[in-house]
Amino acid sequence: MRRWLPVRRRRSDPADDGLPLRPIARADRFGFGDLFTEATTDIGSRPARLVMTLAGTVLGTAALVATIDPSQTSAAQISRKFDAAAATQLVVSPAEAQTRDGGAVAAGTLPWDAVDRVTTLAGVESAALVTEVNTAGMTITSVPVNDPSAAAAAPPPLVAASAGLIDTVGGSIVTGRGFDVGHDARGDRVALVGSRAAEQLGVMRVDTQPSIFIDGLAYAVIGVFADVQQRGELLNAVVVPTGAARADFAVAAPEELQARIVVGAGPQLQRQAPIALVPDAPESLDVSAPAGRSELGQSVQSDITVVFVILGVIVLLAGGLGIANVTTLSVMERVGEIGLRRALGSTRRQIAAQFVLESIVIGLLGGLLGAAVGVFAILVVSAVQGWAPVADPLVAIGGVILGAVVGLLAGGIPARRASRIEPITALRASAT
Amino acid sequence: MSPVIELRDVTRSFPGPPEVQALKGVNLRVDAGDYLSIVGPSGSGKSTMLNLLGLLDRPTVGEYRLAGALTGGLTEDQRAALRAQLLGFVFQSFHLMSRRTVLENVSLPMLYSGTPRGRRDELARAAIERVGLGHRIGFLPGVLSGGERQRVAVARAIVTRPRVLLADEPTGNLDQVTTGEIMALFEELNADGLTLIVITHDAGVARRAGRTIRIADGRLSELVSA
Repeated sequence: MRRWLPVRRRRSDPADDGLPLRPIARADRFGFGDLFTEATTDIGSRPARLVMTLAGTVLGTAALVATIDPSQTSAAQISRKFDAAAATQLVVSPAEAQTRDGGAVAAGTLPWDAVDRVTTLAGVESAALVTEVNTAGMTITSVPVNDPSAAAAAPPPLVAASAGLIDTVGGSIVTGRGFDVGHDARGDRVALVGSRAAEQLGVMRVDTQPSIFIDGLAYAVIGVFADVQQRGELLNAVVVPTGAARADFAVAAPEELQARIVVGAGPQLQRQAPIALVPDAPESLDVSAPAGRSELGQSVQSDITVVFVILGVIVLLAGGLGIANVTTLSVMERVGEIGLRRALGSTRRQIAAQFVLESIVIGLLGGLLGAAVGVFAILVVSAVQGWAPVADPLVAIGGVILGAVVGLLAGGIPARRASRIEPITALRASAT
Repeated sequence: MSPVIELRDVTRSFPGPPEVQALKGVNLRVDAGDYLSIVGPSGSGKSTMLNLLGLLDRPTVGEYRLAGALTGGLTEDQRAALRAQLLGFVFQSFHLMSRRTVLENVSLPMLYSGTPRGRRDELARAAIERVGLGHRIGFLPGVLSGGERQRVAVARAIVTRPRVLLADEPTGNLDQVTTGEIMALFEELNADGLTLIVITHDAGVARRAGRTIRIADGRLSELVSA
């Protein structure tokens, strides 16, 4: 770089060497300001050509900025989906031990106050106990009379849960309300039904407090829920408070603890939760927790970025070749001017610097426009796709710098060629 | 009086094959205020002569003194500085920058000659007035006649107050009338004390000079004017 910038060199005044020259004040020498003026004055003189020259760099930079950024935008999109769906659920259940005859029995038990124990841990947003009640031989109907002539229908699954279940699995109450800690503690006979179970049981509205009969016991339906993001099977189920299920159906111990956690808390909670739940035998519990961040999401993200970056680099190379071509053309057209400048006292280095700088400025212009176009493209794509645009300002700035670097590289060879032009030959060959 | 230009046994050969000796043992002395023309057919070594005198090329053998300074051992930068301050060039095809005005074209050499920035505009205007183009100062070269363009080129050549003006076929693209005008201008400049070297193949142009040198097959011979 230093070779091309005469002002950066420490140059002795030729007049000091005893040559018949008048001394020149530093301010009057050919400096960077002069170089910049000479290099940029003619850039806009051929607008059509300038547009064609810029096109390659603009497209290349825009492609890179737009593809690096949307790959961030889309990666953010991907990881948001993965995180929301998978990375925020933690399930604790008793470990299983093999019995001698090949069966499996629970090696430990979850305490009934498990919810209170884990909600104090950092990173747990909500938690609920979930136990499937064995309904073999039971009936669950919405009419009190058992009609022996009716076709036998499998009853919907019956789930005993603590109060926060619907919140924990990301469901929503469609009508009515959920049950609370009070219902649970008192053992109230209330029930929530999933949207599909409600259809099966014929429960349409809950303002009349309809009852369903579980093994002959009347439970008041207080709400219908839908849209669960975890445990989709709950939509088919009837959910009753744990307290009532313990009293009426002899539920001996909770089966699982379901918790919604913040992104990234998985590994830490995997260690902490068993200790909080069963301090004397934490190993008797199994914890299924998500990895810190979605590994799948990250690998998808890096694949997309690599593909996009390769494409962008190829386009940018084409842009660089465009600049190199046009600069070469410009050098050949301006052979006369180059010869003239040399005759007037310009050094080869100054000629080369002039063309390199011109090429850098063109590249910089291309980079600026390209970065703007790229960012605009992100906004448009995001708006159309309904994504949140993620634009890193560093990528846009990098795009501009990249344009200048492309200009520098593209201008090198033509500038070298320009500096080697022999003045008199050039001045005789071309007419202005 | 010390010579402005002095060539001693200058040979310039171009490596072949076959090796070409464009100048062979040339001796030349040009004093301040001389008006010299160099004539010769094409291929005789005129361009090589101009390149050497203009410090755009170096002799293979021999020495060249410009304003008393030996130029052989100088660096590229030093030679460029000498060109910028001591020499002015006028070319056959004018070589004006078509997108810059007369004033900007004439100001160009001062970028390289280190003329104090505050005086550049004034000097350029003075040079343009000197060649009689004061009314064309803001024009682009494209709208000027051939003779006017060459006057702009002359103004550009003299704006740095050079010791020597080198003119390479300055009238080659001009008709007879404008040729006469340019030659008259040269004579005025010479009368003002400027040293002129005009390379031409036009015998009429050559005759206007005080001294005429013929160059043939790389050798010089001075014609004694009648």
